[in-house]
Amino acid sequence: MLRRLFPHPLLSILLALIWLALVNTVTVGQVVLGGVLGIVVPLITAAYWPGRPRMRAPLMIVEYIVVVVWDIIVANIQVALIIVFKRQKDLKSEWVTVPLELRSPEAITVLAGTITMTPGTVSAMLSSCGTSILVHCLHTDDPVAVRNDIKTRYERRLKEIFP
Amino acid sequence: MIVEIVISFFLVVSGLFGLVGSFGLIKLRDTMQRLHAPTKATTVGVGGVLVASMLYLALVEESFSFHEVMITLFLFLTAPITAHFMAQTHIRMRVDRNELPPTQRDFGWSLFDEPPEMDPAPTKDTAKDTAQGN
Repeated sequence: MLRRLFPHPLLSILLALIWLALVNTVTVGQVVLGGVLGIVVPLITAAYWPGRPRMRAPLMIVEYIVVVVWDIIVANIQVALIIVFKRQKDLKSEWVTVPLELRSPEAITVLAGTITMTPGTVSAMLSSCGTSILVHCLHTDDPVAVRNDIKTRYERRLKEIFP
Repeated sequence: MIVEIVISFFLVVSGLFGLVGSFGLIKLRDTMQRLHAPTKATTVGVGGVLVASMLYLALVEESFSFHEVMITLFLFLTAPITAHFMAQTHIRMRVDRNELPPTQRDFGWSLFDEPPEMDPAPTKDTAKDTAQGN
């Protein structure tokens, strides 16, 4: 019954918070409206998202966000230097295959998004069985190191968040 | 005074990154390489403006705004999806499947190969993962 009413409890809380942030005021009326949205939207969309992703290790989520933000800043500077100073013919772009140990679709989505948002790498395609991800790397001398970086920095943490 | 210097610092940094990102669009020759430029501008470039905006509102106008957080959230949700679609279109139209590295799995890349039959049992290559020792 409770599960039927709240198919995605975390999503409900998130939607209510996002609503409050969008209207940028916290009044009783807006809290009620946010709560209604948080209940109604997951109910309507439940048919398209039948599973309920299991998440744990909330501290790990914080750590993951900090690591990703730090990597984005560092990688941005590296890519900016590559664009400004590297000559076109010295650029060595590579396709890198990253075989995944993650199986939850939500976790793979987060990983693919992270790979794209960290500059220098773009996730381009999944294998048709969904267990391997194709990454395009702007410039690298060592494709294996790029793969291992993705696996140890992001995938290892995601595996703890989405068991 | 210090507040203004800090805010201007963030604005200048984001402007610089935006400029380099746009310059990359001109300089880089390959479509996949050019795809890297916009993902850059949206992260540190936009992020810098948003941090400056939050600092300005918090310290000068003394009100707090959540809108910057929302912009960041929506950017992080939408930018990878756009990039992913552009990459898929590019691969489908311009890339030969033999240029791509193998998947290291039993099945090929999703644009070129049919997905495996859905079966309720866990995928059979789970055992191979541990054997490879990645």
